Amino acid sequence: MTTVSAEPTRRDFLFIATGAVGAVGAAATLLPLVSQMNPDASTIAAGAPVEVDLSPIAVGQVVKVFWRGKPIFISHRTKKEIDEARAVDVKKLPDPQADQDRVKKDHDEWLILIGICTHLGCIPLAHQGNYDGWFCPCHGSQYDSSGRIRQGPAPANLPLPPYTFLSDSKILIGETQPPKA
Amino acid sequence: MSGHATYQPTSPFMKWFERRLPIVGLLYSSFVAYPTPRNLNYWWTFGGILTFFLIAQFITGIVLAMHYTPHVDFAFNSVEHIMRDVNYGWLLRYMHANGAAMFFLAAYIHMFRGMYYGSYKDPREVLWILGVILLLLMIMTGFMGYVLPWGQMSFWAATVITNLFSAIPGIGEAVVTWLWGGYSVGNPTLNRFYALHYLLPFVIAGVVGLHIWALHVVGQNNPTGIDVKSEQDTVAFTPYATIKDSFLMVVFCILFAWFVFYVPNFLGHADNYIPANPAVTPTHIVPEWYYLPFYAILRAIPNKLMGVGALGASIVILAFLPWLDTSKVRSANYRPLYRQFFWIFVIVCVGLGWLGSKPAEGGYVIVSRIFTAYYFLHFLVILPLLGLFEKTKPLPNSISESILSPAPAASVT
Ligand code: HEM
Ligand code: FES
Repeated sequence: MTTVSAEPTRRDFLFIATGAVGAVGAAATLLPLVSQMNPDASTIAAGAPVEVDLSPIAVGQVVKVFWRGKPIFISHRTKKEIDEARAVDVKKLPDPQADQDRVKKDHDEWLILIGICTHLGCIPLAHQGNYDGWFCPCHGSQYDSSGRIRQGPAPANLPLPPYTFLSDSKILIGETQPPKA
Repeated sequence: MSGHATYQPTSPFMKWFERRLPIVGLLYSSFVAYPTPRNLNYWWTFGGILTFFLIAQFITGIVLAMHYTPHVDFAFNSVEHIMRDVNYGWLLRYMHANGAAMFFLAAYIHMFRGMYYGSYKDPREVLWILGVILLLLMIMTGFMGYVLPWGQMSFWAATVITNLFSAIPGIGEAVVTWLWGGYSVGNPTLNRFYALHYLLPFVIAGVVGLHIWALHVVGQNNPTGIDVKSEQDTVAFTPYATIKDSFLMVVFCILFAWFVFYVPNFLGHADNYIPANPAVTPTHIVPEWYYLPFYAILRAIPNKLMGVGALGASIVILAFLPWLDTSKVRSANYRPLYRQFFWIFVIVCVGLGWLGSKPAEGGYVIVSRIFTAYYFLHFLVILPLLGLFEKTKPLPNSISESILSPAPAASVT
């Protein structure tokens, strides 16, 4: 046994330096092992923006399209649905947000949502529940005609995908600005 | 606890071999000469039953893997191919699916046994915690296996369960994307779940090894809960425990065979024979029965983060049981109050399971809340206090004395 000296020795230094380099090496090895689980290049490529023609969607109809494997609800709202969504007291909502902030300016009739319940990911059913919006069959969350959570275990409103209007009857989902020609 | 014969190799080859790798000696002292308390009842046979089902799952699982294709376009059809084309494929698949259910049933009985007889108390804390780890591993393995047939229930179970992690504040969404390997449950998810479903049983087998090692260090508990004091208190594992274990294993297999041959889909869900459809959620999604109590706890709480937290806590709390139960007396046979609370707890757990299968509405939610609250009260309030206030019955002086002149309480065992 060597005697313990109060001063750090060269051996202590080597010991700590070696350990530190080893730890960095271990972390660097771990990185690819963890990272390979994230979406790969082909999955990301398949997540490119999609164009949707709105003209066939009748007033009152809700259609479902897919973007990045996620269902996107496109709701062509009736006047009644818009009025209801705007009549509520925003401050009293579980996740306060005005209906105006959930649609694009001058396109009040088009509500575009990611159709995934913010509770645990089921797909809510359109035209059901007590708020003229959606009802989630899994654990009973209810969303209103603006896709806002009104009742049930879901913590947040149905999220809005990034999208933009290319013309009055065409949207691009996955992009917030029309691509430059 | 020694005194029983150890392995003495007789043939020259075995003498030669044993000096180089004493594995036969290890097996002999662990499973032949190993002294077991002489008063063990049938509740002690479930460890053996669990080992049996682990091996059965390995055999049927590896055979299924020879015919199964882990790809979203082929998985469902490859399972149908197993059911219709592969020789005895239907049998092997039904054995694997129902075997998982039997595995969980045996595990729950095994755990309630531990709770009734105080098997988690000093010096068996580590043994108990290894058991809780095994339960967690089983839950993960069973869940990932259920995803593999890629039916509607598979898909939506995968979606709902992985989304539990989205409740983690801040990093939740990133974690879920990482688990999926995509922006939703898809082919990368199925592929990795298959790899992990193949891996985890081997991890389980390793932890089972530690569990049995820990058991053999501290020795088995017994219905009186008192320590083995002399050789008179024990009998050799073989033939006594071996025969008793084998007998109940056969009885248990009758139940297993009844499921496999008569009602192979009773425990499953018809919706899982519909191919996965990411556009439509089934109207009533419920997990496999063995997850229902936890599912009921999740749904009982109207807040997402708290619900997920309670679900996790309901399992993790089991690991703290050795310290939450303050009573020095192990066996419920000598704890008149605890015995009643134990049975209330069993009823609450089974009740939660029943509630988990019901829609989350109206009265069901209210009862779920009461039962969830009770579940945690049992661990956090009742058990710590009982140990302080309960007047326990006098313990026998030894295991052999309890058998030769039964105390009144012994009638239960
Ligand atoms: C800890 C033990 C195990 C448990 C609890 C377990 C559980 C399950 C469950 C619940 C299913 C779904 C059955 C269905 O609904 O059809 C399943 C499927 C499957 N398991 Fe396992 N399993 C275990 C071990 C293994 C092992 C060791 C393998 C071999 C690698 C394996 C391979 C498979 C395969 C290929 C499937 C898909 C075929 C099918 O769905 O029938 N399993 N497992
Ligand atoms: S997933 Fe919609 S309420 Fe739970």
